[in-house]
Amino acid sequence: MIPATFDYVRPTSVDDACRALADAGEDAKVLAGGQSLMPLLRMRLAIPDALIDLDRLDGLREIRDDGDSLVIGAMATHHQVMRDPLVREHAPLLARATETVADPAVRHRGTFGGSVAHADPAGDLPAVALALDAVLVVRSVRGEREIPASEFFVDWMTTSMEPDELLVGVRVPKMGSGWGVHYEKFHRTAQAWAIVGVACAVRRNGDGVEEARVALTNMGPTPVRAHSVEVAVRGAGSEDAFRTAAAQAAAGTEPPTDLHGSSEYRTHLATVLTARALAAAVG
Amino acid sequence: MPRIRVEVDGTTYEDDVEPRLLLVHYLRERLGKVGTPVGCDTSNCGACTVLMDGVSVKSCSVLAVQADGRDVTTVEGLGAGGGTHPMQRAFHEEHALQCGYCTPGMIMASLDLLRENADPSEDEVREGLEGNLCRCTGYQNIVKAVRRAAGEMREPGRQEVTP
Ligand SMILES: Cc1cc2nc3c(=O)[nH]c(=O)nc-3n(C[C@H](O)[C@H](O)[C@H](O)COP(=O)(O)OP(=O)(O)OC[C@H]3O[C@@H](n4cnc5c(N)ncnc54)[C@H](O)[C@@H]3O)c2cc1C
Ligand code: FES
Ligand code: FES
Repeated sequence: MIPATFDYVRPTSVDDACRALADAGEDAKVLAGGQSLMPLLRMRLAIPDALIDLDRLDGLREIRDDGDSLVIGAMATHHQVMRDPLVREHAPLLARATETVADPAVRHRGTFGGSVAHADPAGDLPAVALALDAVLVVRSVRGEREIPASEFFVDWMTTSMEPDELLVGVRVPKMGSGWGVHYEKFHRTAQAWAIVGVACAVRRNGDGVEEARVALTNMGPTPVRAHSVEVAVRGAGSEDAFRTAAAQAAAGTEPPTDLHGSSEYRTHLATVLTARALAAAVG
Repeated sequence: MPRIRVEVDGTTYEDDVEPRLLLVHYLRERLGKVGTPVGCDTSNCGACTVLMDGVSVKSCSVLAVQADGRDVTTVEGLGAGGGTHPMQRAFHEEHALQCGYCTPGMIMASLDLLRENADPSEDEVREGLEGNLCRCTGYQNIVKAVRRAAGEMREPGRQEVTP
């Protein structure tokens, strides 16, 4: 199908983009890689008055080392993120999870910033941002502010960004040494969204787990952090112990029922996949 | 209406386009390049895959205005000089198509894969083509064709490694 008409703006600086977004009002949309937005426009599930296209803001594609953290430009593509040496070294969970997103052509255009801003509960990267305690850097004509991932995802495809705010980058704290990571994604066909996904990072100490971060994809309207598992898994060192800790994975979640699976099925998957993710992350 | 300047299969075009015009519709309806089909509304099927500045994109997920200043290669730009590209020949020889609807996208995605990996294993071909759906072949012969073309394209002295 053909999208409805819209005004098209292609700013050449972040300041111009913020001004365009402020001027265009609430019915404007930011266009990043277009890999979620273009299908919505084509099916006319989105009918914005104006599109502010970030495609030519090359400065937003930069991934840089900022001391204790990496700052990943909002327009860094999936393709770029999963190969970037800094990301592979300091945020390997993000690199691994990004490799499972979509397919090569989609990864050439789709962006990390777009995935996070889109806040699709089935998207893989919001849970990763949550597990890594990432901080979202947003800017508008009113200034810049930083939002912790734990306060960013507020509801189904809804973030705490204001309509005139642009996501400019994501600050990802570097993982020190001794961490193992894994993203366990369950889907039935190649190139498919997660029915449930588990983002997991563990710091090992001898034979046991000293510290763990676990976040779940598609177990509710927003990504959720499985805090009870993070506590229960401390000291665990065997597959049995991981399974016991993972039994709590779905605690407090509200998994959806849809054509891919029922809520009960997802609850079951969350426990099984979390145990697998823990075992794989411990390595 | 914005004016764009885009190189498609070696020819430069300048056109006024509505912002909502998809690149795939520009290619088909303005330039007559109907070799690139549309297979879905969701950017899932990969039938519309082209190379933009040398990398694969689904041309139904890109606006024509976004191709301004870019270089686009469609399946019609392969095999310069009227010949067939080794990838096209391999698809033919290995019977890697039945209805052929997915073929242009498969060929373009395969070239993108070989750009990064000149000698892919069977699994790597399947991974590389995960964004391209085929309803007919069961993929078996597509994988064979890509590996056959890869072998030919690796031969010393070949000129035509990239399209
Ligand atoms: C076939 C297919 C399969 C896919 N499979 C997966 C998958 O398995 N896992 C997965 O996680 N994703 C998947 N995706 C989605 C893909 O990862 C998208 O790239 C991503 O969801 C959106 O990123 P984008 O850059 O394309 O954003 P766009 O589509 O351009 O934008 C998405 C939304 O975010 C807003 N937005 C984007 N950037 C900003 C910004 N900087 N500031 C403010 N708002 C912004 C837009 O206004 C829009 O509402 C798939 C997509 C396709 C087409
Ligand atoms: S038509 Fe473009 S992906 Fe299906
Ligand atoms: S040959 Fe018919 S869809 Fe692939």
